[in-house]
Amino acid sequence: MSAYWKKNQQRLAPWLFLAPGIFMFLMYVIIPIFQSVNISFYAWDGLGEREWVGAGNYVELMDDEAFYTSLKNNVLWLVLYMLAIPAGLFVALFLNQTVRGIRIYKSLFFFPFVISQVVVGLVFSWFYDPKYGLLNIFLTSLGFEAIPVLADETWVTYGIIAAGLWPQTAYCMILYLTGLNAVDPEQIEAARLDNAKGFKLLWYVVLPQLKPATFIAVVVTVIGALRSFDLISIMTDGGPWGSSRVLAFYMYEQAFSEYGFRMGYGAAIAVVLFAIMMIYISVFLYKMYRDERGY
Amino acid sequence: MFHRTKTLAAAFAASTLLASPLFAGELVINTDTSDPAPKAAFEALIAGFEAENPDVEVTWNLFDHEGYKTSIRNFLTADAPDLANWYAGNRMLPYVNAGLFEPVDDVWDEHNLHETLASSEGSMTIDGQIWGVPYTYYQWGVYYRKDIFEANGIAVPKNWDDFKAAGAKLTAAGITPITIGTKYLWTAGGVFDYLNLRTNGYDFHMALTKGEIPWTDDRVRATMANWKELLDAGFFLDNHAAYSWQEALAPMVQGEAAMYVMGNFAVAPLREAGLTDDQLGFFQFPVINPDVPLAEEAPTDTIHIPSNAKNKEDAKKFLAYLARADVQTEINMTLGQLPINKDSSVGDDKFLQAGYEMLSSTDGGIAQFFDRDAPAEMAKAGMEGFQEFMVKPERLDKILERLEKVRNRVYK
Repeated sequence: MSAYWKKNQQRLAPWLFLAPGIFMFLMYVIIPIFQSVNISFYAWDGLGEREWVGAGNYVELMDDEAFYTSLKNNVLWLVLYMLAIPAGLFVALFLNQTVRGIRIYKSLFFFPFVISQVVVGLVFSWFYDPKYGLLNIFLTSLGFEAIPVLADETWVTYGIIAAGLWPQTAYCMILYLTGLNAVDPEQIEAARLDNAKGFKLLWYVVLPQLKPATFIAVVVTVIGALRSFDLISIMTDGGPWGSSRVLAFYMYEQAFSEYGFRMGYGAAIAVVLFAIMMIYISVFLYKMYRDERGY
Repeated sequence: MFHRTKTLAAAFAASTLLASPLFAGELVINTDTSDPAPKAAFEALIAGFEAENPDVEVTWNLFDHEGYKTSIRNFLTADAPDLANWYAGNRMLPYVNAGLFEPVDDVWDEHNLHETLASSEGSMTIDGQIWGVPYTYYQWGVYYRKDIFEANGIAVPKNWDDFKAAGAKLTAAGITPITIGTKYLWTAGGVFDYLNLRTNGYDFHMALTKGEIPWTDDRVRATMANWKELLDAGFFLDNHAAYSWQEALAPMVQGEAAMYVMGNFAVAPLREAGLTDDQLGFFQFPVINPDVPLAEEAPTDTIHIPSNAKNKEDAKKFLAYLARADVQTEINMTLGQLPINKDSSVGDDKFLQAGYEMLSSTDGGIAQFFDRDAPAEMAKAGMEGFQEFMVKPERLDKILERLEKVRNRVYK
């Protein structure tokens, strides 16, 4: 035994250190994925007997308007949430200066990321209130019609995304602020000597150096867009008539909410959501792999 | 959730433990009665039960409302209490079907509950057996601003034409006739229930919520057509989809809206907001089709014994205690609601009296509520459809077809 250990210590040690992590990852990530896929082939209320329905849940999903609304909203979230990245960069550039009290300004801009998403949701619900909200007071004072953002099926998703962009921009800003600290002042100086300025300086000299920050910003923003659950739950509860749902929210509604408990159908939605995320995860992993190989 | 072993109970238990350790039973009760009034009512209820049964030690686990709806599924299967509160009608069907509730016909037989609780026996019965004991209910109807009605010379509307005329007068005076907040959907279910009960009657309504009638039926369309008359006349608050039911109280308090189709629980916040009993009134939802007997909506709250309970004997004692006339009188005084037991007396609050009078003379039948009469999935789809209809009435056909699709799936 000890001879075996001596001989293979180098080989075994990493696995021993990895074991707790692997165990957790298997228990809480890998196995549940397969369980979800399994449950998605059953009709099950979480209490009684499961009934095998094969691809029944998926067939139903393909014929479900609510599913397509959620899917469309998910795409909207993914695309529009990306606005947080240029917005965060802009704020970071703006704040990256040495003025008296700049730390206070930085903290103020970072503030929305610190407060809970639930509070952000509530604040924006009041902001959008059809009668007493700031937005509509402003609109009506300019002579426009008031827009009941959260009660209007065309505006509601945009309204929630705007609320989500507020903290997300702050998050991207902080990433870029740290990134800007690492920008090489000599390169800037050299570029200045070559008479580069303004947008060209930003695009060709500063941004390439911010690439690691941009990468992280894209990752956290995509994740943020996909877990947009809390804002929707607080601001509209998926409404009006389900037009602000995203897949994660629809899955929750079907599987766990007061009127739900269709575990199989919820699992089927989760599997579709997982498949969509797989595309992104694969691209991400492929890029990581390529970067690590060094070409 | 937090555990609460009543000190009183502990003291009792300790003293009885010394005297007769063999008879000390522990009774675990799970409820979601966490609002101030229900909490006080249950405190008194449990203390009263313990005083009469000193050999039983009650452990009471109090849950918050929303959490309870999910927790009940877990604790009924995994770690069952001896008693749990829930709701009558179809709302308890999944647990009955899954064999998680215990039938309590023997309690009903033994204590003559078939007679004293007769009014809700129907909504407690599934497959010929009785599954719990109801202890409270409350009426639905139209709560209105008396002073605004008087100022505009409107009498309490008794029929559909009066009702529409009242609305026309109110809109002419710049007042929204009915306030409503449909963000959480169920408020729209209440309006549908009444319109359908008045247009087609109780039997049709129950058949519809049981899935026996297609949503595309002409009688459903008749209900929707009546609803559309109100929508076209601008009866409902603008942008109601953005408000919860509590937020929709504000226009009524401020005098910008005059009526609210609601349950009796709306009275407490309206009073707290400063409306006096001279300003606030209640009337029965007006008659639409005079050939239809008047049916009302009165959701019933109940207590059940889970099948996995450990101490069923004491649990049954508790149910018998809960069913008693004097106990129901007391608990409902605190709750501000109506007792089920016909020998109980009703609090002298004017809304309770009005509700009691209305419900005890109801011969058309008593519905629970849309989301308790219809199965969960149908209820959700239905109420979402009603909300959409209230904003986009032109989509009626599409909505009804969608509901029909859900019906075909849900009731197989």
